[in-house]
Amino acid sequence: MITKAMKQGLSFVFVMAFLAGCSSTDTKTDSDADAGANGGVNTGTANGGSLGSSDGSEEGMEELETVIYFDFDQAVLLPEARSLLLAHAEQLRGTNTSVRLEGHADERGSREYNMALGERRANAVRDFLVLQGVNRSNLEVISYGEERPLALGSGESSWSKNRRVEIDY
Amino acid sequence: MRKLVALLLCCFVSVAHAQLTIEITQGVDNPTRIAVVPMGWNGSTPLPEDVSAIIAANLQRSGQFDPVARTSMLSFPSKDSDVFYRDWRIMGTEFLLIGDIEERGGRYYVTYHLYDVLGQRKVISAGQVDGGAGQLRDVAHHISDKVYEKITGIPGAFATQILYVEAFQNTGTQDRFRLMLSDADGARPRMLLESDQPLLSPTWSPDGRQVAYVSFETTRPAIFLQSLATGQREQLTDFTGLNGAPAFSPDGRQMAMVLSKDGNPEIYTLDLRTRQFTRITNHYAIDTEPSWTADGKGVVFTSNRGGKPQIYKVTLASGRVERLTFEGEYNARGRVSLDGKTLVMVHQRDGVFHIAAQDLTTGTLRILTETNLDESPTIAPNGAMLLYATRFGGKGILAAVSLDAGTKYRLPSKQGDVREPAWSPFFN
Repeated sequence: MITKAMKQGLSFVFVMAFLAGCSSTDTKTDSDADAGANGGVNTGTANGGSLGSSDGSEEGMEELETVIYFDFDQAVLLPEARSLLLAHAEQLRGTNTSVRLEGHADERGSREYNMALGERRANAVRDFLVLQGVNRSNLEVISYGEERPLALGSGESSWSKNRRVEIDY
Repeated sequence: MRKLVALLLCCFVSVAHAQLTIEITQGVDNPTRIAVVPMGWNGSTPLPEDVSAIIAANLQRSGQFDPVARTSMLSFPSKDSDVFYRDWRIMGTEFLLIGDIEERGGRYYVTYHLYDVLGQRKVISAGQVDGGAGQLRDVAHHISDKVYEKITGIPGAFATQILYVEAFQNTGTQDRFRLMLSDADGARPRMLLESDQPLLSPTWSPDGRQVAYVSFETTRPAIFLQSLATGQREQLTDFTGLNGAPAFSPDGRQMAMVLSKDGNPEIYTLDLRTRQFTRITNHYAIDTEPSWTADGKGVVFTSNRGGKPQIYKVTLASGRVERLTFEGEYNARGRVSLDGKTLVMVHQRDGVFHIAAQDLTTGTLRILTETNLDESPTIAPNGAMLLYATRFGGKGILAAVSLDAGTKYRLPSKQGDVREPAWSPFFN
């Protein structure tokens, strides 16, 4: 996913939407150079579409962090996550905005267990949002386990960034 | 969406430059000295493969043999009548392997003899094997298996293969995942599938003809079955939530897997003939990573029902669940050896993830590896070695360790991150 690298440094939905649009040129260049792997273009397009719609939905939309972090082998929401999710719930309540909740884990331990752990984390975010009045049918949960790290490399500084749920508008 | 995803399905496409190369890191204390003499060959052009070198490398990698260097050999006999025991005895050679290769009609015919130098007797007399032009490595693996079994009493597993996943993930570029198949020594890598979405959990059918794995190509995880001979694929699952950790039953009729369609990750079995799913576990905690016991009557799995991941076993007939691991706070992805005596797993100690083996009779747990971030242990069909994934030099690599921890070697990849090895059954 070409936007993965872009997403790493970006916390704001608004900025993400803007840059995802810009990055489509890079995407094509990359895949041209790659000769044959043109999946990046497709993925990038799908992403740009959904991001664009949220951009247009509300001009003065609050600039919210979209990544929720977790402790090792835990799917319990941390206190700071709760306040952030309350703000997301505020934004989503009563709308038809579809959101994809992507659960992830760090590289430690076994892969399929981490796949289940990522789903647990995304479920925790979903359940919290539903309790706050967000329409459950607008929330899709998917786990990537440890397959899509945000930060490459081994060590707590990378691991802490990878134990996460990404809220994908 | 599915048709948009770049998915390159290749059956036996050679990716020669990505070969895994072996680095032996530890062998047993008193390995058997064996001389593998270059095989006789009278052809006009050199052979495409050095059969003797492949055999010597195989035996050395097992950790139980110390092959004599060619430069130390006093003679290169290729026929029985050319063998003089004293030439080999004075060098401390315990066993001697010689052979002769002939080509007839595009096919190679090998005759080989194995000698017990100290006992001055032939232990394999005029062993025969033949193969086509592209099969000299197979010929070498076959002879290696025969020699290994004759001397150690354990069937060799050199003529087996491995599946693994190779991932290319770098900041700013498209992820690529490849399902790879190679010889057990990492040679002859072939790409079975390539995707820009994650591929994981490859596993073999017990007859070695099919593989199953998890692919995210539909944008969600799904279990696929693929024939090695034809490359034909079939999607087996398409449920909401997890569709993962496929594992064929020993008789090949069923597949265990994890599904979270009912809300929690639970173990299910799929009858591959009737396509009937049966739920095996029922717990609000994570249950995943099923693996069959050798008799097919039970499934071991990882569960955090006790708060931390530990390995449990469910007896299919009764549904009774028992906990198998008690040492440490993280034990996962168990695999039971074919003799049913040993459970290997990912085990955390002092914050480090190792591969450990637990004696299922005594309960004694032993850490086998000294590396970190170890995962995905897979036992060779002869039960002598296991392969696992670890990190080395900042990359994911495969490494091997014997079940007694006496022998260790690495198969580093020159390209991407290599992970999730799955050792094939014997091909008969």
